[in-house]
Amino acid sequence: MTGQIVVQFLTGLAGAASLFLVAAGLSIIFGVTRIVNFAHGSLYMLGAYIAYSLTERLAVGTIYGFWVSVVLAALAVALIGAAIEIAILRRIYRAPELFQLLATFGVVLVVQDAALWIWGPVDLMGPRAPGLDSSVEIMGQRLPEYDLALIVISPLVLGLLWLLFYRTRWGILVRAATQDREMVGALGRNQAWLFTSVFFVGAFLAGLGGAIQLPKGGADLLIDLNIIAAAFVIVVVGGMGSITGAFLAAILIGELQAFAVLLLPESTLVIMFLAMAVVLVVRPWGLLGRPVAEHAAGRAAEPLLRPPGRTQRMIWGAVIACLLTLPLIAEDFTLTLSIEIMILALFAASLHFIMGPGGMVSFGHAAYFGLGAYGAALLATKLDTPMELALLAAPAIAGAGALVFGWFCVRLSGVYLAMLTLAFAQIAWSVVFQWYELTGGEDGLLGIRRTPWADSRIVFYYLVLAACGVAIYAMRRMIFAPFGYAVRAGRDSRLRAEAIGIDTRRFEWMAFLIAGAMAGIAGGLYVYSKGSVFPDEMSIPRSVDGLVMVLLGGVQTLSGPLFGAAGFTWLHDAISRLEYWRFILGGTIIGLVLAFPEGLGGIWRQLEDWVRRRRAVARQAKP
Amino acid sequence: MTTRRYVLGAVATALAVPAFAIAATAQETIKIGEINSYTRLPAFTQPYRNGWELAVEEINTAGGVLGRRLEVVSRDDNGKPTDAVKIAEELVSRDDVVMLAGTFFSHIGLAVTDFALQKQVMFIAAEPLSDAVTWAKGNRYTFRLRPNTTMQAAMLAEQAARLPATRWATIAPNYKYGQDAVAAFKAELQKRKPEVEFVAEQWPALFKIDAGAEAQALANANPEAIYNVTFGGDLAKFVREGKLRGLFEGREVVSLLSGEPEYLDALKDEAPDGWIVTGYPWYAIDTPEHRAFVNAYRAKFNDYPRLGSVVGYNTFRAIAAIIEKAGSTDTDKMIAAAEGITVDSPTGPFTFRAIDHQATMGAYVGRTAVKDGRGIMVDWFYADGADYMPSDDEIKRLRAGN
Repeated sequence: MTGQIVVQFLTGLAGAASLFLVAAGLSIIFGVTRIVNFAHGSLYMLGAYIAYSLTERLAVGTIYGFWVSVVLAALAVALIGAAIEIAILRRIYRAPELFQLLATFGVVLVVQDAALWIWGPVDLMGPRAPGLDSSVEIMGQRLPEYDLALIVISPLVLGLLWLLFYRTRWGILVRAATQDREMVGALGRNQAWLFTSVFFVGAFLAGLGGAIQLPKGGADLLIDLNIIAAAFVIVVVGGMGSITGAFLAAILIGELQAFAVLLLPESTLVIMFLAMAVVLVVRPWGLLGRPVAEHAAGRAAEPLLRPPGRTQRMIWGAVIACLLTLPLIAEDFTLTLSIEIMILALFAASLHFIMGPGGMVSFGHAAYFGLGAYGAALLATKLDTPMELALLAAPAIAGAGALVFGWFCVRLSGVYLAMLTLAFAQIAWSVVFQWYELTGGEDGLLGIRRTPWADSRIVFYYLVLAACGVAIYAMRRMIFAPFGYAVRAGRDSRLRAEAIGIDTRRFEWMAFLIAGAMAGIAGGLYVYSKGSVFPDEMSIPRSVDGLVMVLLGGVQTLSGPLFGAAGFTWLHDAISRLEYWRFILGGTIIGLVLAFPEGLGGIWRQLEDWVRRRRAVARQAKP
Repeated sequence: MTTRRYVLGAVATALAVPAFAIAATAQETIKIGEINSYTRLPAFTQPYRNGWELAVEEINTAGGVLGRRLEVVSRDDNGKPTDAVKIAEELVSRDDVVMLAGTFFSHIGLAVTDFALQKQVMFIAAEPLSDAVTWAKGNRYTFRLRPNTTMQAAMLAEQAARLPATRWATIAPNYKYGQDAVAAFKAELQKRKPEVEFVAEQWPALFKIDAGAEAQALANANPEAIYNVTFGGDLAKFVREGKLRGLFEGREVVSLLSGEPEYLDALKDEAPDGWIVTGYPWYAIDTPEHRAFVNAYRAKFNDYPRLGSVVGYNTFRAIAAIIEKAGSTDTDKMIAAAEGITVDSPTGPFTFRAIDHQATMGAYVGRTAVKDGRGIMVDWFYADGADYMPSDDEIKRLRAGN
């Protein structure tokens, strides 16, 4: 029995190795550049694929060939990482903080299709490591030799990283930049070069992580998203920017997973995110992390939100008139697509409500969309609740979820808050995914039908238009009401807001509740438009879609998220018949980010400013 | 009348293929909507696509169906039920397809089954194996080609009951297909051998297996035999870790689908030896129909067929036969024609049963072996699906709620 436990423990340690490497890279990049690099999983995936191709060519089956391939693959990925930094990210460091995030989403999509194009869609089974392809006996149990190699590699890398950071000039600069990058810049160091080199090292680690797991797994097109969630968890649990923390956290998570398989074979997914939520609630900066120093120039002053002017109102009137007449002229599928666009516009607007005026970035907004959707679907399927009641219950259920999650979240700020929202969303997702008896797990809930009066597509279209219209209008009103001003005051200057007696945390909590309930309305409508619901509706990609819509549309404008939702959903539908649609979507996102750092909605304001300047010039020109 | 059409068709074909193609496109085609997980599980779905392309080409060369060409609008569901439902909606309302076909994963198949009921569109599920597609959630509009999990589990349980082992452990992906496959095997095995006990169950999430830990957990339970339902990349990882950890030594393994070339070939020389599996020994099936199929397939694609190829081929052969018999593309008429229809195929004739719309297509059962650095099936036989069905009363009870 002890033998079994020891071997299970060693298996967990081996599993922690790649996790540590990826998380360490992510942590270093975040520490210096403050970029949450969603594309880090893609670099890991590239490491696995490139190492696979190299092992197929270099001295096949020799110990030398295998390890040279691993290191070369990591170097290749490091170069790719540096290239991404130079070609894309360097151009947008001055854009609002989250724009780099949007660019990395674009990179994820592009890399996915590039890998599909180069290596094809078939899963590649990694080669066995030559010389380590058998097993050793430990206390009567057998353990693969390669597991032992992995157990040795991660502390080795940790040691080398320590030497790099504490015994080289570069390391001193990186640590200095992690603490205060403006100061490092002021002292005359070339920041651009420093950032590129940090990306190089971070990407090297991701590539190495992907390469060394080959004999345990292989390369396929899903590993990028599978690893990125785990990497986030480890970085946050360990403390952002702390490599030793990442090491400890990787071991903790690796062991939790190894023993969860043994003790709770059906709920392996929830463990990791539960651990992350507990750590964030108890130690908000992670095990070995330190509170992030606010950068003096970290946040550019947000431009003031203005109530719509006359031109804008007229445009909105025209849009609404078009929407009202659409069913008279449009074909069936256009209506279906419009219904989806309106629902997602409400979802994006609710995310914007906390992100824009609230200043709280949520990486897990899909949780509330999903809670609303599953709430309505469960009421309909298990309790035969009529549609009208289920639709009313959806925001209540999602709001209740937001109330609980929000209470913990508003205690944090910045990226830690974002990560806690992600943790809660993933907990909700894994519960739905693995509570098979209640939610049907991955099979979802099916057979949810609309009440007869709303069965026709046209009637349902008007129902969705009315519900989304009222909800979006209500949020706009709230933003220009005293409530909205109080929330914005808390965002712009917490200290001053509290000094004049605003309980900022309480207002943030309420904003969270409202945003959650609004997302719940969208979720409820979504279920009745589709007739079914699946765990995908509360998964990371759904949250990311929301973020893309808001950021693409422009977080600083109110109408931006609506345009973002419409543009994104329309584009997605228009290209989804093409084989490499992810490449096009990702490329478009990157292109837009580089061309319009204020988002699509920002174009309007850029245009307005331009017109105003022209008028001013014209006035001056007059004698 | 019919004779004349055949003659005309033959003449047209004889004249010139391009001329025929122009003539046929001038007429309205019959559109079939096809949905499958082309990027999520290409190992199966790409040979599957080849299979139906071959069938459609043969059908159209022979004059099409009801004198019209068959046209397939094929879409990738990305392995997501949400996408599949959306695509189904688009195929029906934008592309005007007369019926839907395809799907691989059980949860996606079930989602489209529900969609078919909701929109009253005919759906021929090609591959999804969950019993529910034709039984617990079965509906008037849905038909299914492949033998479902209970049928395949019964074929395996028949073999498993002859083994001396009584302590069993199971490992299966944690979704509808895995759940069904384990429940069905347990029931079928205990029916034949009541003293059997199940000492451990592992439920890795689909395509997220932590193979080392799962294999170790199974070894810890020390079973006498193992029932495996994992497939694709999960299976490869499980086999490698299990072998390294000595999990399969001295233990019988009964494994669903693992004899299919799409999964067995990926393992190369690491393929397991002596497992009892369902699969497809294309290299050894020696009937005239099958030989003709393999030759045509090789001529067109310069590759050997996988089981997916047969599934794709049989699905579209069945579709053509159904529309031809119905004499129309009206949904009610096609359903009436499909009930009880018998279709000839490379793997022998099969019938869509009127009682539950389940086809009687069977599966090949045998043991795995490694030969010339690759896995093959030996000592195999063809188990006809019709012999492994529950009683009609049982089926009526299962479908009662629908």
